[in-house]
Amino acid sequence: MLRAAGKRLLGAGLGYRASPDAVVTAGAARGYHERVVDHYNNPRNVGSFDKNDPTVGTGLVGAPACGDVMKLQIKVDKETGKIVDACFKTFGCGSAIASSSVATEWVKGKQMEDVVSIKNTEIAKHLSLPPVKLHCSMLAEDAIKAAVRDYEAKKANVNGSKEASVGTAEKAANA
Amino acid sequence: MVAKNLPAAAGLLRRLLLSSRRRSYSSAAAFVAEEPSPPSPAPADGGEEGIISMKGVRISGRPLYMDMQATTPVDPRVLDAMLPYNLSRFGNPHSRTHLYGWESDEAVESARSQVAAVIGANPKEIFFTSGATESNNISVKGVMHFYRDKKRHVITTQTEHKCVLDSCRHLQQEGFDVTYLPVRPDGLVDLDQLASAIRPDTGLVSIMAVNNEIGVVQPLEDIGRICKEKGVPFHTDAAQAVGKIPIDVDRMGIGLMSLSGHKIYGPKGVGALYLRRRPRIRVEAQMSGGGQERGIRSGTVPTPLVVGFGKACEVAIKEMDYDGRRIQALQDRLLKGIKEKLDGVVVNGSVEHRYAGNLNLSFAYVEGESLLMGLKEVAVSSGSACTSASLEPSYVLRALGVDEDMAHTSIRFGIGRFTTEAEIDKAIELTVKQVEKLREMSPLYEMVKEGIDIKSIQWAQH
Repeated sequence: MLRAAGKRLLGAGLGYRASPDAVVTAGAARGYHERVVDHYNNPRNVGSFDKNDPTVGTGLVGAPACGDVMKLQIKVDKETGKIVDACFKTFGCGSAIASSSVATEWVKGKQMEDVVSIKNTEIAKHLSLPPVKLHCSMLAEDAIKAAVRDYEAKKANVNGSKEASVGTAEKAANA
Repeated sequence: MVAKNLPAAAGLLRRLLLSSRRRSYSSAAAFVAEEPSPPSPAPADGGEEGIISMKGVRISGRPLYMDMQATTPVDPRVLDAMLPYNLSRFGNPHSRTHLYGWESDEAVESARSQVAAVIGANPKEIFFTSGATESNNISVKGVMHFYRDKKRHVITTQTEHKCVLDSCRHLQQEGFDVTYLPVRPDGLVDLDQLASAIRPDTGLVSIMAVNNEIGVVQPLEDIGRICKEKGVPFHTDAAQAVGKIPIDVDRMGIGLMSLSGHKIYGPKGVGALYLRRRPRIRVEAQMSGGGQERGIRSGTVPTPLVVGFGKACEVAIKEMDYDGRRIQALQDRLLKGIKEKLDGVVVNGSVEHRYAGNLNLSFAYVEGESLLMGLKEVAVSSGSACTSASLEPSYVLRALGVDEDMAHTSIRFGIGRFTTEAEIDKAIELTVKQVEKLREMSPLYEMVKEGIDIKSIQWAQH
């Protein structure tokens, strides 16, 4: 799962590496959008839930070597499928922290099936991320999806279905 | 009449400078004491008093400056020396027909002697350029172009400054062979490896004196001896070394050297090339023109800048000992202060063979760019100013074999002549606060505390 996310990001990664001009331009416009600065200075919902809690879904995406690791967790109401709480921890640049902070704000109070449709472009637009920082928003999107998948796998497991246990074991090893 | 007014103008200028000097050299005061007055002229002063807003960042007062490898402030003594050559003595040093030219020429030649003195050279071996980048270009490309028929090979290291590496790339495109020597984990070049890399057609060995990113000092004397034995000219980029550590071109067997003005409290836009006369090393000029600087570097020599550079060298000779001890003490204070309060702090590069004014640290589990974003009240950088725009981890740290995740977390603290203890203490306080905040937010730090080995995890590489 993580690998799949990585492959998609490779495309974006190569985009900026291929053109040295783009890097220079990004440097010139080093300034962050004020929303990024706001989320960086006052990140919303920093923290952790117990990852073994059956009502909690955990998404862990990124890699330390690439400079970004995002952990996003959701707490779901079993009856309604509504996300009652969310939190994150992120190792990464200011844009990555802001993207995950925004993601937790957006998923809170929503139905699970609604949040998987959150697009990275919406997060990027909200934070006015420059092209070189688009991967941060993609990571946030992946983190939301991974968290939802984790919750569903856990639920299936609790319900006695053995098929999903492989996914959960992999997740547990990763987290 | 004009001439009569000039001393008055100079006096006024000096008064203005004196009043702003106190503030700019101890910027920590802006944080330590709550001064009601607005900070010294900042182009981006916001409407509110004392609040500076620029590029989306709002801070109260000017940040304390700890990026001395990028550039240094001009020493007031240097500025005093430069002022007359902007106002009354503005002549072109190449004018041969009047007093304006003669006095400028005299000033340039005396500056040449001052620059020569700081590296133990003959004034005739000093050529003024626009800076170390130009000197490096003339050295690398100029030497190889001049001897192109017999010499086809250049040796340099993987941790050189971009302008040396880029000049080498340029030579490669022209068909020259370049060896990029790896460095040891402490950042120093392996002398045996260097000796065995030298070939009969090697035309130049270019190894920097003090690394701009990690501050390690290469064993210049040993490198010079090896090059002398093999009869290969030795070029060293000493932009970060001159005036800070003792340099002697004869003792170190240096054939060519690049120097910079603005790294040693001189003005920006001026530097010099040292070119050995005995045995003579020749270069092909990179600039065509009026043949100034004996044809090595055409273009009018900028008298005020050159005078400032010369004065900066003179001051450096005088202050080297004192500065060295002071900066070493400040470095110890900074490192001790940070390590006392934080674990997982690693010094990048050799600690013994290091210029004390450069402290490059990695903070485990914290990403460098976000740390810099939170350290807006301290002007530091994650590496060289040239590469701080890219998202790639520093190529210098990678050459050292620093783990990629640690290479993403580096911060370079630059300490200089005007850094105060209060500034160091403030930098410690702000850094510790920010690292703790980001670690609280870091999933990696959480995992480590839970006893999970991060390296054992299969991360998706992208």
